[in-house]
Amino acid sequence: MGGLLTEAFLSSLFTGAIVAAVPMLLAGLGEQMSEKAGVLNIGIEGMMLMGAYMGFLIAFKTDSLWLGFAGGILGGVLTAIVMAILCVRLGLNQIVIGIGLTLGAEGLTALLHHFQFSRTYPRLPAPERLNVPGLTDLPIIGPSLFGRHLIVYLAIAAVVVLALLYRRTNLGMTLRAAGERPAALDVAGGNVLGIRVFAVLFTGAMAGLGGAYLANIGAGLFIPFMTGGAGFIGIVLAMLARGRPLWVLIGSLIFGAALSLTTALQVAGSNIPTDVIQMLPFAAVMLVLVLFGRRAKLPAALGVAYERGAR
Amino acid sequence: MTMETDVNSSSAGTDTAGVAGPVNERSALQRLLTVTVGPIVAAFLLSAIILAMVGVNPLTYYGYILERSLFSGLGLEQTATRMAPLLFLCASLIIAFRAGIWNLGTDGQFLLGAVVSAATAPLLVGVLPGWAVLAVGFALAAFVGAVWSIIPALLKAYQGVNEIITTLMMSFLGVLMASTLVKLVFRDPNTTVPQTRTLPVEDRLPRLFETSISSGLVWGLVAVLLVHLMMTRTSFGLRLRTVGANPAAASHAGLSVPLLTLATFGLSAGFAGLSGASEILGVAGNVRANWNPAYGLMVIPLVFLARFHGVGAIVLVFFYSALLIGSESAARRLGVPQDFTLVLVASLLICLGLGEYIDHHKRKKER
Amino acid sequence: MANATDTLANLSPETGTGVIGVHGVTKRFPGVIAVNNVSLNFYPGEVHVLLGENGAGKSTLVGILAGLQEPDEGHLSLNGREARLASPSASLEAGISTVFQHSMLVPTLTVLENLTLGAPWYERPPRAEIAARMDELQRDFALSLPLDAITGELSLGQQQQIEIARALLRNSKVVILDEATSMLTPQGAEELGARMQKLVKSGLAVIFITHKLAEAYRFGNRISVLKQGALAGELGPEELKAMSEEQAVDQIVRLMFGRAAGATSSAHRKSSAGEQTVLKVQALSTQGDADVMGLADISLALRAGEILGVAGIDGNGQKQLAEALAGQRSLIAGRVELDGEDITGASVAQRRRKGLRYLTDDRLAEGSVAAFPISENAVLKDIGQSPFWVNGIERPQRIAQHARDLIANFSVRTPGETTPIGRLSGGNIQKLLLGRELFGEARVVVFNKPTYGLDLQNIEASRKRIAEIAERGLGVLLISTDLDELLALSDRIAVMEGGRVRGTVENDGSGEALRLRIGRMMAGEDENKRAAA
Repeated sequence: MGGLLTEAFLSSLFTGAIVAAVPMLLAGLGEQMSEKAGVLNIGIEGMMLMGAYMGFLIAFKTDSLWLGFAGGILGGVLTAIVMAILCVRLGLNQIVIGIGLTLGAEGLTALLHHFQFSRTYPRLPAPERLNVPGLTDLPIIGPSLFGRHLIVYLAIAAVVVLALLYRRTNLGMTLRAAGERPAALDVAGGNVLGIRVFAVLFTGAMAGLGGAYLANIGAGLFIPFMTGGAGFIGIVLAMLARGRPLWVLIGSLIFGAALSLTTALQVAGSNIPTDVIQMLPFAAVMLVLVLFGRRAKLPAALGVAYERGAR
Repeated sequence: MTMETDVNSSSAGTDTAGVAGPVNERSALQRLLTVTVGPIVAAFLLSAIILAMVGVNPLTYYGYILERSLFSGLGLEQTATRMAPLLFLCASLIIAFRAGIWNLGTDGQFLLGAVVSAATAPLLVGVLPGWAVLAVGFALAAFVGAVWSIIPALLKAYQGVNEIITTLMMSFLGVLMASTLVKLVFRDPNTTVPQTRTLPVEDRLPRLFETSISSGLVWGLVAVLLVHLMMTRTSFGLRLRTVGANPAAASHAGLSVPLLTLATFGLSAGFAGLSGASEILGVAGNVRANWNPAYGLMVIPLVFLARFHGVGAIVLVFFYSALLIGSESAARRLGVPQDFTLVLVASLLICLGLGEYIDHHKRKKER
Repeated sequence: MANATDTLANLSPETGTGVIGVHGVTKRFPGVIAVNNVSLNFYPGEVHVLLGENGAGKSTLVGILAGLQEPDEGHLSLNGREARLASPSASLEAGISTVFQHSMLVPTLTVLENLTLGAPWYERPPRAEIAARMDELQRDFALSLPLDAITGELSLGQQQQIEIARALLRNSKVVILDEATSMLTPQGAEELGARMQKLVKSGLAVIFITHKLAEAYRFGNRISVLKQGALAGELGPEELKAMSEEQAVDQIVRLMFGRAAGATSSAHRKSSAGEQTVLKVQALSTQGDADVMGLADISLALRAGEILGVAGIDGNGQKQLAEALAGQRSLIAGRVELDGEDITGASVAQRRRKGLRYLTDDRLAEGSVAAFPISENAVLKDIGQSPFWVNGIERPQRIAQHARDLIANFSVRTPGETTPIGRLSGGNIQKLLLGRELFGEARVVVFNKPTYGLDLQNIEASRKRIAEIAERGLGVLLISTDLDELLALSDRIAVMEGGRVRGTVENDGSGEALRLRIGRMMAGEDENKRAAA
């Protein structure tokens, strides 16, 4: 196994870790806000998939990655609007609707992709990468840390911005109040449904962007069902991070590393089946839940629709 | 656990027992319309609009599906055969949902059950009598399915960890594990494509009469009806339902909520494992690597639509099987990918929720 | 402070329209008229008491003023102009702040965050400004709060202060206090009374909701009595001032109950206590945590036919004691004996079969499964037992017949035994649960707040039944936060505070002196220790 630790292997491991981490990071940050506000957003997988499809389609048609990202956000938000109406406004069961949205997005994107591209999977041109002279040329970590598309750095910036917003403004406490005791926020003059709708739409935007990244930067093409549980991992990241954006970043990097081992090992010519390596992140989640599950304290009103005056 | 109750379902909805309790005669028909027939019709309409948007005539499509799956002898037989694994999954979910547990991990439990039965049954042929081969296959599948739910069960029962996430994670793990097992452990050395050994056709579950319908159908029907009777007519079923509807009341009444939670997981996951075995021992005969029909999440709307009622679930499974069989054929003939059924299922879930919402508010006004 | 009205002689409200008016307001809920054509005016400078029993419509009226509900008929007015309060924020904007009966604070947030809750999300909490205002409030109203403490870790009294402080920080013109003394010691209630007088002197209107007669008289400048959703009568400031306390109480009782004060059921019952000890608790302790108070070293003995009252402010371990006795809560130390038999290790079901019964205070969330029919709820504690089940298979006729018997014997008003229990009123659920607890060979019944939330008729009936149960020779442990109820029924009263029994007194009918002694123990004074010292 000593031969594994070659420069090519490490480089593709680092690169892969970041590429794989970004969609989960974005999804996790989005889900985090929903969960804070008391909405368990199981539909996030569907939002990512819609983001991936619309993001790819628009990038493909316009030849602009940035328009593609905007399309991804749009796709995620459109799906999230359904969730916001049904689960926040009408108070329907968040799990059932969430499953419905995920299944629906899987079917719809596969259907649309089929009628758009038949059985072909066209590729986008390779994305432009940031090039920081000197840093990007560093061995192994250079290209993976400093040679990524700008959107990667924006995602990391989002961690900082969210952390500041949660800490320095009323946003954090308003979200937490909506998730812990919505009635208290309501009688204090806050807008429970408003903040929850906002949180769900934000989740949709972040998940959609994550999906678009997955398609446009990660893979360079759209394949039906391509999210493969990244959204669900986002949910777990948000649950374990207990409201802290930085922990979502750390968690997503760990999962990203586990996922990228697959490709890195293939590069290195290992014959371990990819299934085994793909199990790693899920096994890691279960291990973390077994060890720290008790401490993953969820908001008291998570998953409970709010209706004024109902007891 | 209705569409409008919360995750932990401690504040039980007003109509969880809608199945068991008598409904006001006058409004019974109206309710049936708003919460069952209405959503189904609406879902088909919604899906028709989507079909029309991608340039497929929905009437042609639906007509083709009906003709293919219900009005042709072979199609009807295929439909009946397809029902078996879905029925076992209904049994699995009826137990879980009535007991207030969100077992979203049936796909993993299904596949592992399938792989284990496919790995053992062909080796036992000739060693054991035919019926015993099948019995061992089913028993092992149920056991392995149940084992796969142990971690979520323990975490839920003793640590209060949300089972939605743990069962989903275990499901992903289970799907990959099944595929790994096929490739590395149970691989048939005589084939080039990675798959398990194949159970000869004559050793599979017998066919019914002169048809091609697998007798798995009968076992599936028995499973659903038994589960239904267990949940509604026995003390054990009432214990599970009490835990599901109001865990605090269950503790107060002296029930051991953790133990009943473990039992729920074990039974539910066990039936999911049986489902996998019924597909292998009845129809497929082997498991190919990366095979995953992903029935689990799709059965959920059927069980909800049936209000967790066994007979209702059987009727819905029949129509859903017809849809699956028809859409497989339609994918080849009309070029509509089979994934379209996902759209239909999703529309069904959403319309179901809306129907329940309308019903809830109507009755609120009446009172 | 003997009589609040004296201190306010020079602060009578200007005649005419008050700050808020309620005009012919009616509010219906499924099956009940909660508020029936009520008209009221609330004036600045007055503590206006809304007095009435549980279910008299007080909370609904609070809900309407707080913007949680809108009236079906009638309207509200602000400064003489018709107004709609369609949401809590509309109510807050109109200058109305409400301190609800159940805390409306977010326990996981800090005090500062709770004070600023509801502000736009993009703003920063104005910490310095609030700290400065809090200094003022401490000077003027003796409100002192640690701004950075986690709210859930503060006492209920302090939490209530947060809500009052929040009302003042908003520059409210009207402060509504809904059953604000239910969580306080008698001494804490006095402090609140003094604080309310300071508030009205600064020009606010205070609406004080209570079901306690004495508080109404002591704290109020004006008293409106509600009865079954309707206004039964009102005593204005002049009227009140002109009356002696005795006259005023007589008048209020007549308005509330339609009869003279002497006829209330608070007359002491004759003891039926026997010699034999049926329940013995020795040095019982349970584990506490952040949410639940632990019990420490509790010893009690209950004789057959005796009613042992357990007094204390809500949340001082009474519920945990009941749960520990019923077997629902595990012990870390101690011993429980029933009829001389050690049942410390027995399960909930075993204890029930041996005759130890527990009627929970939480009828809907714990006592019953709302969606299940009455018949299933009636046998919920006997699942799997014959004759209702044979070899695990249900006998539906037996279960239905049993439910019909309970319905008849305990006069439960219901369309039938198949009706989901959640559709019944609180009183009828209570009757059914009582029937369930008395089924079979009961020896000891633990009642936790048995009359809480019931209407007057059902309270009377419940108390009568409790007395009858004791007369039949059963031991009764009666946990209640209503001291009058305990004084009326109990042979002895144990007082709990902080998870301990602070002392046990004979109910010798000595009235005020006994009340005072119990009040001191409820505040944490340890009579056991004092006696020993």
